[in-house]
Parts: sequence; structure tokens; C-alpha cells
Amino acid sequence: MKLSTTPAAITLRSTQKYALSGAWTARGIDSNLLDDKTMATPARGQMVMDGGQIEALDSVGAWVLQKFLHRLRQNGAVVEVSNLPPAFAPIMAVAAEEISHRADAPAAPTVSPGSSLESIGRSTKELAEQGLALFSFVGETSIALAGWIAHPARVRWRPILYNIRSAGFDALPIVGLISFLLGIVVAYQGADQLRQYGANIFVVDLVGLSMLREFAPLITAIIIAGRSGSAYAAQIGTMAVTEEIDAMRTIGIAPLEQLVLPKIIGLLIALPLLTVFADLLGVFGGMIMARAQLGVSFAEFIERFTKAVSVTAYLIGVGKAPVFALVITVVGCFQGFRTHGGADSVGRQTTRSVVQSIFLVIVADALFSIAFSALDL
Amino acid sequence: MNNKPVIAISKVSTRFGEHIVHTELDLEVQRAEIFALVGGSGSGKSTLLREMILLQSPDAGSISVLGVDLQGITGAQALALRQRWGVMFQSGGLFGSLTVKENIGLPLREHTRLDDVLIDEIADWKIAMTGLKPEVGMQYPAELSGGMMKRASLARALALDPELLFLDEPTAGLDPESAGEFDQLVRELRDRFGLSIVMITHDIDLLWQVADRVAVLADGKVQGIGSMAELSQLDHPAIRKFFAGPRGRAAQENSSPPARRNEIKTRPSWKQK
Repeated sequence: MKLSTTPAAITLRSTQKYALSGAWTARGIDSNLLDDKTMATPARGQMVMDGGQIEALDSVGAWVLQKFLHRLRQNGAVVEVSNLPPAFAPIMAVAAEEISHRADAPAAPTVSPGSSLESIGRSTKELAEQGLALFSFVGETSIALAGWIAHPARVRWRPILYNIRSAGFDALPIVGLISFLLGIVVAYQGADQLRQYGANIFVVDLVGLSMLREFAPLITAIIIAGRSGSAYAAQIGTMAVTEEIDAMRTIGIAPLEQLVLPKIIGLLIALPLLTVFADLLGVFGGMIMARAQLGVSFAEFIERFTKAVSVTAYLIGVGKAPVFALVITVVGCFQGFRTHGGADSVGRQTTRSVVQSIFLVIVADALFSIAFSALDL
Repeated sequence: MNNKPVIAISKVSTRFGEHIVHTELDLEVQRAEIFALVGGSGSGKSTLLREMILLQSPDAGSISVLGVDLQGITGAQALALRQRWGVMFQSGGLFGSLTVKENIGLPLREHTRLDDVLIDEIADWKIAMTGLKPEVGMQYPAELSGGMMKRASLARALALDPELLFLDEPTAGLDPESAGEFDQLVRELRDRFGLSIVMITHDIDLLWQVADRVAVLADGKVQGIGSMAELSQLDHPAIRKFFAGPRGRAAQENSSPPARRNEIKTRPSWKQK
């Protein structure tokens, strides 16, 4: 069969005679082949279609032609196709059979899209379900963790150490760079205001307190949520799709113990350490900017730092990190386990895990601020 | 129609680093025949299939498919050629984000100017043609059983009415009844529409019931080629494996006389040479 480029055509020779020509194939047929003009031709009595000029005919062509014939016949015409090359007979027969079969069968029920009220209801139900599922996931994880505490021999150290390296050590460069830049930005923004009052030295208070209490823990948690939280969701999600999680269960390894607990413990250790590293580089960035913009030397900066920034400020910042670590791992792993279906679902759950964990980290940070101000810390 | 082979492979060599897959392999597939490639694991049959469908290229030798030489093929030629064959992958290869009907309609939407209503009708027809229920069209691949997935994948391979159909392990993982229906389906496609079919299979029943010719691959070469009845007379160890053992013997005994008669009757031009 050659690739034919002549488009399919149907022409009216006389009132009773059509001539078919060209390639009646998927590529040769245009969607407006049987346009309104052709269809509007009154169909009555004896009609003949001359198929002698048809160059090629595939299932699409046979379908279109048989549907046309079917419609004419329904309108009361007696139609016949003549001169059709014998090679095209089988496909025409199959198409005719299918069309008559489908005409008898009732149309497939169409699913109505539903009202907006219905969709609100559905999404509310879904949200509630997800909340409940998250709740039970946290519960199951806590039970598994309690099991580890009761039987320390069951603790899987190797994956814990691996997680500390991949989520902690490997993240040092990016966390360090971003908090260094953040320190520079904070000092630079403050410099202008402070110079107006001649309060240059207070740049230390500004950089020290804001970095240690707020920025370092928050920016570290956000980077790790994007970097590791997404990896957790994608890893567990892909394993769920390829039945690896089911395989793990049948072998007798609890997926929570193998996949979730090492990540939680690993990040509980790694995130506070990363926060300390971010504190250091953030303050260092501020120090460089203070010297360049405000003439505060390194020695002056450090002397003032020991007076202005209390240990409490440092502990408050580092203390938030374990909470953020919990939020990130629990959300990431939970979304991973909710994956079902295929590649599409893995992508969706990964996106969800990042959005939700960043959102929850910021919410948790806001709650901390309220709590600390109530406690006068 | 001409008697030129649909696929002509000559002196193809392939290697992955140190590992040699094919050494100067020759093979021809004739028009309208059902051709099966068999061989043990690692004998290079999947690699050969991938080379035929332009997913991989051999290190040496030439492959021509439907009269087009795959060496130095241009992008436009490759696109045109890809529309003339259909491929059914072993695990389906259906797109998870699309319903079955959208999967089947995708080649039509991509390569033709047909309207959506017509494409949906054609997709419904292909669904019926491969023996699936109409409701399956609205389902996503993840919701399908293994057998339904294979049928849906076949329906998509048939979307553009290919001249040549490649099947990778079409009956692997199917229950005997579904596998039997698949045999029937493959034979019908060839008999009705004159499709040339190339398949990789380990299914000894499928080989006896459906294949016109079988090529046995081992040690980088074709060790034997012919109908199953002819191969069963040969004495090469790689070929004997398929006939020895209880499964091979049972399949040979079960290969029904009508099927064999049909096979001889439809044995195409290669016998006349």
C-alpha cells in the first residue's frame, strides 16, 4: 500500500448517483468531508455510490462511509455501493456489522458533570478523608516508633545514617549559601535606617536576633521541604505504584519501620544541625555587610553579639527545627503512601507534599511566635 | 501486492560494551505472515525488536522496514514510517493520565484532521474489535486487569490501521482462556486485513496455533527458521529446548489439525521461492 495523498471526496453526479474518490483513510479524510451540503441532499428512492475511484480504504474510511450509508437508509433511501475494489470488502463488512450492532444497542450512559454544589461537597468530603487518613498515619507511625523505643534492637541504623547524609550533609552547600545571602540582605536593608539614627552597632541585634530566632530555622525548613520532602513523597509513591510496598509487607517488613521511621529520626537529627549551620553563615553574611556598609569591625560585631543575643534566642530557633522536621517527613511520607495509579499520581502527590509541608511549616512558625510572645521569651 | 519482504535485516551486529548481542544476523519477514521471534532470556530478541521500531540502532548492518532503510532515515521519513506500524508493548505502555479511549484516540488526534466525535467513534470500534466491553473506554489504565491492558494496548496499536504490527509478549501474564482468545484475535487480524505481524513470545501454544514462521535466536544469530512443524524436526540444542519437556510436547499434541491445515494453506510467498 502506498501512502496516498489525494484527499477523500464525495461528489454528486446526478440526483441518484454519488461518486467516491481519493484515499478514504485516517489521513485522507477531512472532518468536513461529509459537510452539511452533502448531508442535506434529499435521500429518496434508488441511489448508487460509485466506489471505483477509491484509492485506499482503512477502518476510518469504512466507518465514515458506512455511517453515511446508514443515515441515508434510515431516511428511506435504498443505497448501493458499486464498483468497490474487492480488497476493501472485508473491512466494509466489519464496519457495517459494528454500526448496525451499535444502532441496536442503547447508547452508553453519559456521566453528568455535576453541579458546583456537588463538587464543593465532594472536595469537602475528600479533605475530611485526607485529614482523617493523616491522623491515622500519625497514629500508626507513633505506634511503630514506640515499638522501636521498647525494642531498641529493632532500630534500623543503616537507613537512619543514610538519611542523615542525604537530607543533612548533602544539603549543607545550598542551606549555607542561602542563609549567607539572607544575612547579607537583612544587614543591608537595616543599614540605611540605622545610619540615619547613628545606631550603627544595632545592626548586630537586628541580624543576630532575626537570623537565630526566625530566618535560619524557617529558611532551612523550607529548603529541606522542597529538597527532601519531595524526594520522600516521590520515592514512596513510586514504590507504591510498582508494588514494592506490597512486596515489603508480604516479606514481613513493616513499610513504616523501613521507610518512614528512619526518615523521621534522620531528619530530627539533621535539621537542627543544619539550622545551626544556617545560623553561623547567616550571621557571618550580616557581619560582612555590617563592616562594608556601617563600618562595624568583626571584633566590635562579636563583642556586641555576645551581649545582644541571648542563649535563649539561639535555643528558640534551634528548638523549632525538630518540629519542622516532623512536619516535613510526616507530610512527605503520608503523601507518598497515598499514591495510587501511575506516574501522574506520583507527580501530583509530590507537588502536594511540598506545598502542604511548606504551608504547615509556616503555620507552625506562626504558632511558635504567638506562644513565645505569650510566654515573654 | 508486491512480494518484497516487509522487514529485511541483513548482517546486523549489536553490542553493549563487551557484551555481544547480535553477530551478522540476517532475517526476512514476508507480507501478511505471522512471524514469531523466540529465544532464551538475553538472546537479543527484544533488542532486535527495538531496532526494528527505531528505538535503538544496530552497530553494523542494515534493517529495512516496509521498504524504508532505517540507516540514515530522516526525521520526516521516520514520522511517516511510524504511522504505518503499530506496537504493543509488553506491559501495555498505556498513558496513565488518559482514559483507555483517549489512549486509543491519541494517534488519530495527533496525525489526522478528524473531528473528536469521529475519533471517539473509531476508538469505540477498536475497543469492541479487541473484545473489550464499551465501559472500559472510560476507565484509566491503572483500573484495568492484565488481560484488559493487553487488549487496550493492542487497540491503540491498531488505531491508525497499520500495515505492520509488532507484539512484545502478547500473551505473557494472561490466563489460558484470555491467551486463547488472543490467539484467535491475532489470526483474525491477519486474515481479515492482511496485516503482517511480528511478535516476540514464549507462549508455546501461541507458536503452534498462530505463527506461520518462527525464528529461533541464540548466540547472536538465527539458529533455525520455519514453521513449528519444520522446526520440530531440527536438532539444534537451542531449538530442541522448545519441543522438549512436557509443556512443549503437550502444546504440539494440542495444536489442532484445522489450525495446522490453515497454516499450510496460508503459507505465503516464501514457500514458493
